[in-house]
Amino acid sequence: MSLLEVKQVNHSYDSKKLFKWKNQSNKILIDISFVIEEGTCLGLIGTSGAGKSTLGKVILGIQPPQEGQVLFQGNDIYKADKLTRLKLRRDLQVVFQDSYSSVNPRMTAEQIISEPLENYEKLTVGEQRRRVIELLERVGLNENDLKKFPHQFSGGQLQRINIARAIALKPKLIVLDESVSSLDMVTQSLILQLLSELKDDFGLSYLFITHDIKAAFSISDQIGVLEKGELIELYDSKDQFFSSKHPIVKQLRDSILAEHPRFRTLTTKAN
Amino acid sequence: MKAKLRDMLKSQKVFVICSLILCVLFLITIFAPWVAPNDPIAVNLAHKLQPPSLDYPLGTDHLGRCTLSRILYGARISLGFAILIFISALSIGLIIGIIAGYKGGWVDQLLMRLGDGLMAIPSLLFVIGFVGIWGAGLKQVIIGLILVQWVYYARVIRGMVLSLKEHNYITAAKISGSSTCKIMRKHIIPNVLPSLAVMGTLEMGWAIMNLSSMSFLGLGVQPPAAEWGAMILEGKSYIRTHPALMIYPGLMIMLVVVTFNLLGESLSERFGVKRR
Repeated sequence: MSLLEVKQVNHSYDSKKLFKWKNQSNKILIDISFVIEEGTCLGLIGTSGAGKSTLGKVILGIQPPQEGQVLFQGNDIYKADKLTRLKLRRDLQVVFQDSYSSVNPRMTAEQIISEPLENYEKLTVGEQRRRVIELLERVGLNENDLKKFPHQFSGGQLQRINIARAIALKPKLIVLDESVSSLDMVTQSLILQLLSELKDDFGLSYLFITHDIKAAFSISDQIGVLEKGELIELYDSKDQFFSSKHPIVKQLRDSILAEHPRFRTLTTKAN
Repeated sequence: MKAKLRDMLKSQKVFVICSLILCVLFLITIFAPWVAPNDPIAVNLAHKLQPPSLDYPLGTDHLGRCTLSRILYGARISLGFAILIFISALSIGLIIGIIAGYKGGWVDQLLMRLGDGLMAIPSLLFVIGFVGIWGAGLKQVIIGLILVQWVYYARVIRGMVLSLKEHNYITAAKISGSSTCKIMRKHIIPNVLPSLAVMGTLEMGWAIMNLSSMSFLGLGVQPPAAEWGAMILEGKSYIRTHPALMIYPGLMIMLVVVTFNLLGESLSERFGVKRR
């Protein structure tokens, strides 16, 4: 049994208007199916507006799709009863792109990280604090950061806190929705390194949603390309991606910047 | 410690002064029986319309009642019931605003259209109509004012909840397994409160003004109870000969309303909240 199975998911945002002249439906996801095995990482690449984030929300269980199924550990997350759903949710966590808006500005790091612990594990105050410190240390922060508020952290540090909150319950799958995209290059590589370490340590699986092809390759075992709501191709290796003949993939491939401007070959001419 | 206090006084002059004035007023309100020199409703026709003296520091009115004592006791009604109106309207507005903003959909539509309907009627007119149906009296005026007032809070709070809902931390909390109740308690209400403090202080002035205007129209507080608006009404007949009877309560209303408004302004500056 695979960890996560997405079956023929279709979704569109209908514009609900009182005086609707014509049925305007905006297809966001078209017939998407894929599988994530335990301990692997699926990278999902696509341009903005390709439906990546919507797909992330559908998988997280906060945006019911109009058609299709999302099976997590064999259970349909939208059909499960409340108790199973709560249990499933525990194994399914998220890290968003914008680290600042992902944390309540009025809560300390300790409160932020202990929120999932409070919900699922009834720990004593001391135990909970010990767990939070452990988590902080795991993501490269330390005890002194416990009482700090979000504005006292840098973007990278906050993202580490978000990761700590996501791994607090030792989940099976984490959806990384553009989690490293708003960080600078150095921080980005450090966070990616942390993520792959965590993956090995806890046997985590990731759904790595990004528009950054390089970042996706550095961590993913499988790469999917999403374009206008369709999952056009799925690759098991870098080579497959680079030898693909699909025009969209070609466009994506050409958009990768060379290490140095001198090496850059412009295949798409600017108008 | 001293330097810190001086710093605070300098940087937040308005805030400190306004809070001090309000503190004094609240103390007077609470300790009115001890502070007031005379009984506010004791009629003494032998001493009517007297100029200020040692016995009657601000003189007496047309029934020989001590003006100062009446003003001090009047503060109890004006301030006390203004706070009651404020707190009740705020609680109703908070609950309805949060439900409408958080749930969205038809619940939101229903509650907000109800609010729009209430707002379409001018607030004073609504209260007067309410009094017209249920009879004049303090209770009716207060209920009427609460009914008018909660809409403003509900709308503002709904707007704030709508914008808060967009933040990822609400989604993240949901995914962390927090219940709706917990999300409200830990994430939404704490982030709405500072703006509410600002709104509340500004609206307090409104409540006092309206309560006094209702009493001035003879619809609110009934004689012989002392209330500032009612005192102005009673002094109206003597405006040519004894204008002081209207001036003192008028000044008190002005002082309190201006103080509340200035306090609200300084709070909004401090919290960076925009006025509606």
